[in-house]
Amino acid sequence: MAYDKFTVLKSTAVPLPTENVDTDQIIPARFLKATERVGFGDNLFRDWRYDVEGNPKKDFVLNDPTYSGKILVAGKNFGSGSSREHAVWALYDYGFRAVVSSFFADIFKNNCLNIGVLPVTVSAEFADKLLSAITANPETEIEIDLAAQKITLSSTGDSESFDINEYKKDNMKHGFDDIDYLLNMSAEIDAFEASKK
Amino acid sequence: MEKTTLFDKIWDAHVVKSVPAGPDVFFIDKHFIHEVTSPVAFLNLEIRGIGVKYPERTIATPDHNVPTINQEQTIKDQLSRMQVQKLRDNCSKYGIELHDLGSAHHGIVHVIGPELGITQPGMTIVCGDSHTSTHGAFGAIAFGIGTSEVEMVLATQCIMQSKAKKMRITVDGELGKGVTSKDIILYIIAKITAAGATGYFVEYAGSAIHSLSMEARMTICNMSIEMGARGGLIAPDETTFNYLKGKRYSPKGEDWDKAVAHWKTLKTDEGAVFDKEYHFDAADIEPMITYGTNPGMGIKVKGTIPTTEGMEGSNKTSYLKSLAYMGFEAGEPVKGKLVDYVFVGSCTNGRIEDIRSVAQFVKGHKKADNITAWIVPGSREVEKMAHEEGLVKILEEAGFELRQPGCSACLAMNDDKIPSGKYAVSTSNRNFEGRQGPGARTMLASPLTVAAVAVTGRICDPREVFPN
Ligand code: SF4
Repeated sequence: MAYDKFTVLKSTAVPLPTENVDTDQIIPARFLKATERVGFGDNLFRDWRYDVEGNPKKDFVLNDPTYSGKILVAGKNFGSGSSREHAVWALYDYGFRAVVSSFFADIFKNNCLNIGVLPVTVSAEFADKLLSAITANPETEIEIDLAAQKITLSSTGDSESFDINEYKKDNMKHGFDDIDYLLNMSAEIDAFEASKK
Repeated sequence: MEKTTLFDKIWDAHVVKSVPAGPDVFFIDKHFIHEVTSPVAFLNLEIRGIGVKYPERTIATPDHNVPTINQEQTIKDQLSRMQVQKLRDNCSKYGIELHDLGSAHHGIVHVIGPELGITQPGMTIVCGDSHTSTHGAFGAIAFGIGTSEVEMVLATQCIMQSKAKKMRITVDGELGKGVTSKDIILYIIAKITAAGATGYFVEYAGSAIHSLSMEARMTICNMSIEMGARGGLIAPDETTFNYLKGKRYSPKGEDWDKAVAHWKTLKTDEGAVFDKEYHFDAADIEPMITYGTNPGMGIKVKGTIPTTEGMEGSNKTSYLKSLAYMGFEAGEPVKGKLVDYVFVGSCTNGRIEDIRSVAQFVKGHKKADNITAWIVPGSREVEKMAHEEGLVKILEEAGFELRQPGCSACLAMNDDKIPSGKYAVSTSNRNFEGRQGPGARTMLASPLTVAAVAVTGRICDPREVFPN
């Protein structure tokens, strides 16, 4: 479905340097039982965020008031595992609009682009630089400019460019999704389908 | 003529249009849906005021959240019941074939597709589930998609995808005794890591792969996603054709001959180039088990947990966090460790061959007292065969508890949860933190290793427990 347009995002960020964060951690399977897309943010990182009694765990970064913002800076191989789009819904619903990592799992990245969360792949060095800057000063802002495909650490001006294909970039800029595109080529698809029988 | 790979051949034949500087408009032959990742897709269709374009190309079954006890009764858990009901409502509203709970072909989506002969060589197959890669065993391009894409397929029978890079993994030679296809794939993932094939579509080739049954090939393709790959596939051969012959949806008569003639052309040309290639020797592979919290953390059952030597920074922190979760120390052996649960099931190893192999080995033995042993068939068909072949009797005599078909403890969305802190040796595919229940500690292994663990109560090498 349509989502908010993405142009330039300037925000503080939340650091989560753990590697290989899988979608079962982002949203555990037992919270996938909804039939509508509501309330997933409450269970984002559920088992890292809350103990079995439902009390917030103090040492988890989302429970640390020092950090906040619309950008999650994550460790390597973020989003591996299940294809559940619920993982991205949870991130979006919680308030994240971009995730930065040196490496994303494939389906996760696709899912992000389909619902308007920008996955920004940076070099391992730049990811480390961002993480140290945020931990040294949680007020540090990061700027992500989609049109310029550039991510900048505001305090130092350090920046790096990132990849995104033109088509997806255009979609994100306008808040379009793929179905709008596909519905417009119904006749071509019909002809193709007929040839497949 | 340009030399192309099997993957190229199938992919290129399904591109409706290439978007300049963008993805391909990719046509989907068959679409599987289940109760968990489809409701929001249907809801969005309603909001847009559009229907399902080709309902006959979608097949549904409820598998992820269903109970495995008393399936004939109303589902107790309210949310699960609502999801299953939504699936039924959507299928009847749009005219989609549903293999409902209790019906003859109910089961895990990746088990029933092949069983019914819906999965065929040369097809493109998607499902809102990452283990859709299973169907690649038939020489199909099959992969998992997100709910937005489920909606696209329902509405247009297409998705927008960029073509993946190509990798070939060749395993030649003969497998040793007691070594199974699950060990092959756990070995490969341990070698190339849990992210090592990200961005690639993998073709498995070589004599060791082609000597395997269809069931065993499905186990390998199933876990392609565990090394980050979009999917995995194996060129169809006589084993594939024999498996499909006579299945409910397989072509019949003249159509069958035509289909087989076409399927025989589905292979990688000699000299075709892959972006990456790996070669392994089957003789190097031994029974494997995972010790950590991602499927790349696998070792020989006889081996020791790697030390932190050479690791630094977040890599080391993440590694130690994983071991702490498992309650293990770097450098120690896993053999001999006490286990609490064994789980035989899932779309990785919940097929009849898996249940046969467990039954064959535990026959005449009893499970150890410290073990709770669950066997969950992948489908009703598997369950029926297990009864008819007398396997259920053997397993029950050995102290195993047989449950009804579904995903069950593979992802623990229903009541089949491993309690916090307990160790489970499982035939499923993921050992993530909490995957089999909050706090559960999962070790992945082959059905054969699981059988041996059930009997001894400890991590052990199946070749030592069942010397024949
Ligand atoms: S058995 Fe496990 S991996 Fe397979 S479809 Fe079900 S939940 Fe997914």
